[in-house]
Amino acid sequence: MEPLDEILETTNDLLELPAEPMRLVMGPSHPAMHGTIRMVLDLKGEEILDVDVQPGYLHRGFEKSCERGTWQQVFPYTDRLNYVSPILNNIGYALAVEKLCEIEVPIRGQYYRVVLGELARIADHLVSNGAASMEVGAFTPLLWLLKAREWVFDVLEAETGARVTHSFGRIGGMAMPPTPNFKENVRAILPKVLETVQEVEDLLVPNRIFMDRTQGVGGISKERALQYGLTGPCLRAAGVPYDVRKDNPYLVYDRFEFEVPIGEDGDAWDRFSVRLEEIRQSARIIEQALEQMPDSGPVSVDDPRVMLPEKNEVYTTIEATIAHFKLVMEGFKPPPGEVYSFTEAGNGELGFYIISDGSGTPYRVRVRPPCFYNLHACREMLIGGNIADIIPTFGTINMIGGECDR
Amino acid sequence: MSEAVVQRLREHFGEKILESSSFRGDEEVTVDKASYAEVIRFLRDDPETAMDLFGDLTAVDWPEREGPRFDVVVFLRSIEKRHRIRVRVRVADGESVPTLTDIYAGANWAERECFDMFGIRFDGHPDLRRILLYDEFEGHPLRKDYPIDRAQPLVEYREVSDIEKLPPFGIEQGQPFARVDWEARLAGRNKQVSPSLGVHQGQRRMLSDSEIARAERERLKRETPAADAEGSSDGAK
Repeated sequence: MEPLDEILETTNDLLELPAEPMRLVMGPSHPAMHGTIRMVLDLKGEEILDVDVQPGYLHRGFEKSCERGTWQQVFPYTDRLNYVSPILNNIGYALAVEKLCEIEVPIRGQYYRVVLGELARIADHLVSNGAASMEVGAFTPLLWLLKAREWVFDVLEAETGARVTHSFGRIGGMAMPPTPNFKENVRAILPKVLETVQEVEDLLVPNRIFMDRTQGVGGISKERALQYGLTGPCLRAAGVPYDVRKDNPYLVYDRFEFEVPIGEDGDAWDRFSVRLEEIRQSARIIEQALEQMPDSGPVSVDDPRVMLPEKNEVYTTIEATIAHFKLVMEGFKPPPGEVYSFTEAGNGELGFYIISDGSGTPYRVRVRPPCFYNLHACREMLIGGNIADIIPTFGTINMIGGECDR
Repeated sequence: MSEAVVQRLREHFGEKILESSSFRGDEEVTVDKASYAEVIRFLRDDPETAMDLFGDLTAVDWPEREGPRFDVVVFLRSIEKRHRIRVRVRVADGESVPTLTDIYAGANWAERECFDMFGIRFDGHPDLRRILLYDEFEGHPLRKDYPIDRAQPLVEYREVSDIEKLPPFGIEQGQPFARVDWEARLAGRNKQVSPSLGVHQGQRRMLSDSEIARAERERLKRETPAADAEGSSDGAK
């Protein structure tokens, strides 16, 4: 083998390693692919020439399963869509059915939904950012952010009885009214969570390695992002200030002051920063919502056709027993028709396109999964980059298998 | 707000817009299949509609309906104008629809999913293959005539007896968290709940009667070494 300087003398070309195109399969059993995505890469050395992203490893037939139960029985399935922020899915589905039936939830219930939903969004972004930084080698932020998520989960557990799969939404309200010290509990954890987020930001944002791995990596232009149907933090990172809470306010979101953070290049760094800022904005919304939320009053509609009667009435009166029986056995029956209702979930616009034929079973429940479209655009973000760029790009997209594959 | 979009489409396309409706604030137009791609392209490019965000594309199966069986439904939104519209096109079984991939890049995967779940083909799609299911899958699961309990595992399910460790509950009992061996209780062998027999709790149910008897004999033998092994029968106390 010739010494390196001799080669350099004899050839005018830049020293290049022989790089024949190579096909490499990454995932699904790869820690950065979250166990649910397979990528078939065409590589030239380290450079990605083409990539085929293959989802589907977590397909459970969500939409088909919805077509066999009652309308209420869809809630546990929605928990498992975006399992990092299940309450937001619960609320999204409940709002869709309520739109179909023209039900308006009492004001206290709406505030309750906002607060729980924003707590879930905070948990979502904490996990997303923690996992993304862990995948590029920064393990400490993950531990700190999960610690913060644990505080959020404590509140959610006290309210709903479950840490992750709450199934807490109901058509026409929520399963239970807030606990007596709900407000104090939330107010107690918010500053702690924000402080942790600040600590993580101080640790990561001036970090040269983290900057190099994320800045200018996996970018997408505004136009392409819209073409691909990107929504949520990924779209806002590309510079489009589209947030369903602002652009199409549902619940009581029009009563709050909050900013919609946007990025410039749509790269991994921007997506990370947008999520960090959104945690603070969510906290702002929660503070205002707690301020405005009435301390008494119903959280669910008083409509026996929709809500299950009180348990003590079920046991003591024949009317409530029958109502309970009919609601459980036949389900409640929305009017025939079809609506599309969309909310801002952790990863973007979560839409439910529901069709009722007037019976107690949904005719069709289509969920518009934000992750699915975000992941679709991943191909374009990756081509031309290096193989190591897959990790921060894919990590900051925050693909959630349950939602993407349904 | 979105009525203006429907109005605009009616002005521009006239007869090609077959129907339009508004229900709970959702505007929808049904278009002729021949002009479907043209309408979508117009919605994107026309400055008055300016539908720049690709929302979603899906299908609905109506097997009992007269006429074409499927609806392909497209959701579009304009970021700037803050309005949205739903475009519907009717497709018969076996027919194909023009692809939208050259209009919205996001339609690529959505159409693949639609093909996967309903078997609707999209003309001109660059890469129409299954996306969520595997290539060996037969049929299209979101069609109404696909039975909901039909399973097509790529790798055959294992026989239960192959698995050494069983969950501590019976599968058929419908009591996923119950530790009560109902089968045994109903058969009158009601002392078999506990794992004291020295087998895994969940395996209890899987044992045959003679195995239960043997395990019981062994237990008695352990507890009372002097007892005659043949004399002690199962559960008779």
